[in-house]
Amino acid sequence: MAKTVDARGLSCPQPVLMTLDEIKGGSADELLVMVDNEASKENVSRAAKSQGWKIADIHEAEGVFNITLRKE
Amino acid sequence: MKGIKNIFAEFWGIIGVGILIGILAPLLQYLGNPPNMGICVACFERDIAGAIGFHRAAVVQYIRPEIIGFVLGSMIAAFLFKEFKPRLGSAPIVRFFLGVFAMIGALVFLGCPWRAALRLAGGDGTAIVGLLGLVFGVWIGTLFLKGGYSLGRTQPTHHSAGWMLPLFMVGLLVLMLIFPQIPGKDKNELLFYSMKGPGSLHAPLAISLGVGLLIGFLAQRSRFCTMGAIRDFVLFRSIHLLSGFLALILTAFVVNFILGQFRPGFAGQPVAHTMHLWNFAGMALSGLAYCLAGGCPGRQLFLSGEGDGDAAVFVLGMIVGAGISHNFGLASSPTGVGPYGIPAVIIGLLVCLFIGFTMRKRIA
Repeated sequence: MAKTVDARGLSCPQPVLMTLDEIKGGSADELLVMVDNEASKENVSRAAKSQGWKIADIHEAEGVFNITLRKE
Repeated sequence: MKGIKNIFAEFWGIIGVGILIGILAPLLQYLGNPPNMGICVACFERDIAGAIGFHRAAVVQYIRPEIIGFVLGSMIAAFLFKEFKPRLGSAPIVRFFLGVFAMIGALVFLGCPWRAALRLAGGDGTAIVGLLGLVFGVWIGTLFLKGGYSLGRTQPTHHSAGWMLPLFMVGLLVLMLIFPQIPGKDKNELLFYSMKGPGSLHAPLAISLGVGLLIGFLAQRSRFCTMGAIRDFVLFRSIHLLSGFLALILTAFVVNFILGQFRPGFAGQPVAHTMHLWNFAGMALSGLAYCLAGGCPGRQLFLSGEGDGDAAVFVLGMIVGAGISHNFGLASSPTGVGPYGIPAVIIGLLVCLFIGFTMRKRIA
């Protein structure tokens, strides 16, 4: 079961901090990160890649980007 | 254009934008803007505040088309790439006061991070202390961020709410076109125009506006932010935004050299003073305020263009802060800090610490 990080309505660096908290401290190997702006989408993706995670999927629905991250 | 990959958000994209600003800002100086002030978001918002009479410092009054261009250029990019997303509601009143104190700190140093970079690139050694202060202030801000500091979530809002600051900028431009400067006069029916000092120095309107639009467009695409450059490096060791900021400084240095605008030294630098402690503290206050508000003054303008109403409130806070700074003797001049500049910086730091300590994550 993937863990969800709900960062809707937040702007960077908070979505990145929340995502990194889960990547570094959490036990999940799959994360669903929800953000609602392009800049956060780019920043979360960049940060996840720098931690060796991969972007498994991004889909947009009603202005929200649902980013699925998976541990390599 | 939605499907196009955003190349400006890639490594070479952000560097390219930094290089472009590094070329255009010194060129604006060459074409008439004040020395080491090709683009200074804080100074230019202060000049706008003066032009509409929010303060009566006669040497800094002019509606700066660059600022108008920043907001409108960003808005054009946001519309083209479907990123215009009207939103607000993340503690706007707090952002207003962060804007006020960001401006107060900036006018003690005499510049925002953009100008600190341009001052350094023009050979002004006092900018080094200011940049160190900026780093210090942003570093304090990152400690709050790590501790869970948050101003809360925004909410999507009406389209027209996102138009408010862009429309205000259009209004300023229209005013400027209807009420241009009367040669030899410091005021027409409505607007103030500096006869001497930095406010009297400006590139031709069309060039200033065009450069502003271009930078606004590209900065929206690349998310260029001078505060984020330092913050992301401190927080994540990410050099992404930092590489853009450094590219700006290096390029501006080279361009200044070519244009004969590079004059190294500490004393007698244009629109600068040598009270190093207060250059440091003023920028530390600004840096902390920018970090707590999530963006440098430029980025706040670009976000406003995307429909971010909270960033727009920060911008208005800066414009009001300029009025306060000059009306109450907080702003520095080339002779040194103003009579009440020092207490204002201390109060500003206390207010920012209060905000940082008390506004923790309790976001549902």
